[in-house]
Amino acid sequence: MAKLDAKIPNGPLAEKWTNYKVHQNLVNPANKRKIDILVVGTGLAGAAAAASLGEMGFNVKIFGIHDSPRRAHSIAAQGGINAAKNYTNDGDSVYRLFNDTIKGGDYRSREANVYRLAEVSNSIIDQCVAQGVPFAREYGGLLDNRSFGGAQVSRTFYARGQTGQQLLLGAYSALSKEINKGSVKMYTRRDMMDLVMVDGRARGVIMRNLVTGELERYFGHAVVIATGGYSNVFFLSTNAMASNGSVAWKAYKKGAFFGNPSFAQIHPTCIPVHGDYQSKLTLMSESLRNDGRIWVPKKKEDAEKIQKGTLKPTSIPEEDRDYYLERRYPAFGNLVPRDVASRAAKERCDAGHGVGSTGLAVYLDFADSIKRLGKHVIESRYGNLFQMYEKIVDENPYETPMMIYPAVHYTMGGIWVDYELQTTIPGLFAAGEANFSDHGANRLGASALMQGLADGYFVLPYTLQNYLADQIGVKPLPTDLPEFSKTEQETQALIDKLLAVNGNNTVDYYHRKLGFIMWDYVGMARNKEGLEKAIQMIKELRIEFWKNVRVPGKADTMNVELEKALRVVDFLEMGELMARDALMRDESCGGHFREEYQTPEGEAMRDDNKFNFVAAWQYTGDDKEPELHKEPLVFEFTEVKQRNYK
Amino acid sequence: MDLTLKIWRQASAGAKGQFVNYQVKNISAEASFLEMLDILNEELVMKGNEEPVAFDHDCREGICGACSLYINGRPHGPDRGITTCQMHMRNFKDGETIVIEPWRAKPFPVIKDLMVDRTAFDEIIQAGGYVSVRTGGTLPDANALPIPKAASDEAMDAASCIGCGACVAACKNASAMLFVSAKVSQLALLPQGKLEARERVQNMVKKMDELGFGNCTNTYACEAECPKEISVTHIARMNREYLSAKITAPQK
Repeated sequence: MAKLDAKIPNGPLAEKWTNYKVHQNLVNPANKRKIDILVVGTGLAGAAAAASLGEMGFNVKIFGIHDSPRRAHSIAAQGGINAAKNYTNDGDSVYRLFNDTIKGGDYRSREANVYRLAEVSNSIIDQCVAQGVPFAREYGGLLDNRSFGGAQVSRTFYARGQTGQQLLLGAYSALSKEINKGSVKMYTRRDMMDLVMVDGRARGVIMRNLVTGELERYFGHAVVIATGGYSNVFFLSTNAMASNGSVAWKAYKKGAFFGNPSFAQIHPTCIPVHGDYQSKLTLMSESLRNDGRIWVPKKKEDAEKIQKGTLKPTSIPEEDRDYYLERRYPAFGNLVPRDVASRAAKERCDAGHGVGSTGLAVYLDFADSIKRLGKHVIESRYGNLFQMYEKIVDENPYETPMMIYPAVHYTMGGIWVDYELQTTIPGLFAAGEANFSDHGANRLGASALMQGLADGYFVLPYTLQNYLADQIGVKPLPTDLPEFSKTEQETQALIDKLLAVNGNNTVDYYHRKLGFIMWDYVGMARNKEGLEKAIQMIKELRIEFWKNVRVPGKADTMNVELEKALRVVDFLEMGELMARDALMRDESCGGHFREEYQTPEGEAMRDDNKFNFVAAWQYTGDDKEPELHKEPLVFEFTEVKQRNYK
Repeated sequence: MDLTLKIWRQASAGAKGQFVNYQVKNISAEASFLEMLDILNEELVMKGNEEPVAFDHDCREGICGACSLYINGRPHGPDRGITTCQMHMRNFKDGETIVIEPWRAKPFPVIKDLMVDRTAFDEIIQAGGYVSVRTGGTLPDANALPIPKAASDEAMDAASCIGCGACVAACKNASAMLFVSAKVSQLALLPQGKLEARERVQNMVKKMDELGFGNCTNTYACEAECPKEISVTHIARMNREYLSAKITAPQK
């Protein structure tokens, strides 16, 4: 059994990253020119990494599935980005951001990585401002902050409700500058099909050109995967339609361990599901919980009337409303972490107090804030979100409370990486949401943008060099090597097999079915029986898929159905690993809630004696059970306790 | 509701395209326009004699800028301030015929059906749509340089451009002035962008002209159809920036 080495540098927590950088190996400028790096994905982590590595003098190739790097799904992040600047003078510090993140993740993340994230957070803000990112400002001209869940300070920087867009456009501009200079070459509309391994190292990729259908080969001394998360395994999620887990899955099947696959985040504030043709769910930013109050009717009969459409929320008097988050968690109120808020909403709806036509929704009410601050203040803070809501639901949230319900949003799990963000495959690195590293069992709001940019701008440019320092003697490999040919042939065979089935159901039919299984049994509340059932159901669905899916068209042209089918093939395998991981973890922690393990008040109950580890799964073959490796988590600098937001 | 769709079909960039009629039935008023197309595509896959309709889309919440349909003669369809994915079927009537086309502009060639190639926009940004600071390393503290809130807010208005290309599609000259000016204006309004402002505006305008985008004749169709309602005042600012750059710093 391979031993997992997280390669955490020695020394006190606050000095580890500095020590690492002082002692790491470097590549001199003349040698950098001879090194090729492949970056897959053009979101925050990928674009930032490619731009930084290009600036340093490496030859970089970057690949994206869209027509432009600016369309990566980082663009849709709304609320903000955390940093420990303490501009608001409310007692923030690097240590506090670190501690909040560890606690928010329910003590299932690695201290050294999280501390480094908090440490570089301030540089990210400096970097973005220097690039011309128009963060929100106060009248004095200085940067404004707001609060997010799981924190008692205001440390979130934002650009209206479009923070992800502005940060991604910042990274995109840095990338564009390097493309113009020639240090980075951009390949648009390319989908990575597989990883090419030569002598046990990652040495290249097979790409499918989505316009021509051709398979292409690329060599790199190192490969970075920054392809985001796999929430779309649930079919309905807040992720974009093309977001997928295939690159991470292909890496897993080539030997990269998969870390904590079952840790998925259910975001509490999304627009509720409305019809069976629905293609995706829309998030309403967590920042809304700064000024919105969440409630449901106290009386079940009121809830029932609302569901039937015979009662309006605005006519329910104050004393008949249950502001259940404020009631249960007075210290954090509406700003409890996401996993806690989601479960509380589900609990109320399951108890029959839900609203909307389906009874699967709760109110997010701005009436008090509008009274206190005026409509114009609320409009300036959340105008675009309110507009988005109105367009979808056809109701004016300034006048009637918004309806929200939890939806799958983010995957904390991902490819296992060490402190250097290197996977268990030498030369293969994973950054951003694609890795498992910083958020434990639950991510705090406004921390995904922070991690994506930290990995891309501030971590990989150092750690990748440390790996490449002994690779300078390696000449670029020709792509007609047998390793490249064989991997390409395997991809071609998979495509041919899919096209040959010609069955009776569409790709979406299976994807949707998988989504229901995942949501019912591997979603917000899990139990042993359900997870065992899910594993069986997914296996059966996979067999049925390969017998009866219909993928029209040809391989050698643009073929959107084929693209979707290739992703669903991987989701159908991934879903099973997620269920397995959830079944193995006999405890509740963060977003992983096992019904068997809860406190009398219904809070998640960890088992630190047995499960204080990262689960890293190793692929052992298609028909074999994966092997579990455990990376023990050591908490030297934080006190491990039950999370308390009361 | 039941609808007739008149959709532009084109097998590939070089192929000849044509309109083809399709019927869709029982579409919910709550469905989004793209979900209606999903339903059509599911039917086409099952019928098996025709490929599903190709169109660009991704986030389906109005921010990625991928979706790009010309619906009944208007970019992103018959409403203001939205993208195609935010268009809901309640904006249409039962029995209506809906005409769906790709963006029509020479610098945006059709790839397939309703999908066009907007690489030209990336090329314009690559010509100068950035501040040339290095990443990493040590930079001045983010609060070292206060920026008036009004300037910052106006920069944000410009920066909210999603690069969808509706402005070009709406313009009878296929002008990209609104897109280019949004970036020029954002960076000209901020102190960080001022140092390179002269070179930036000249390089970006030059690239825009080279790529075959037309000129601006002040019809304001771009502003009317912009999903982010970006104002044509940015075009005025770009023109000022361009003129003063030409006068004060001749390009080498």
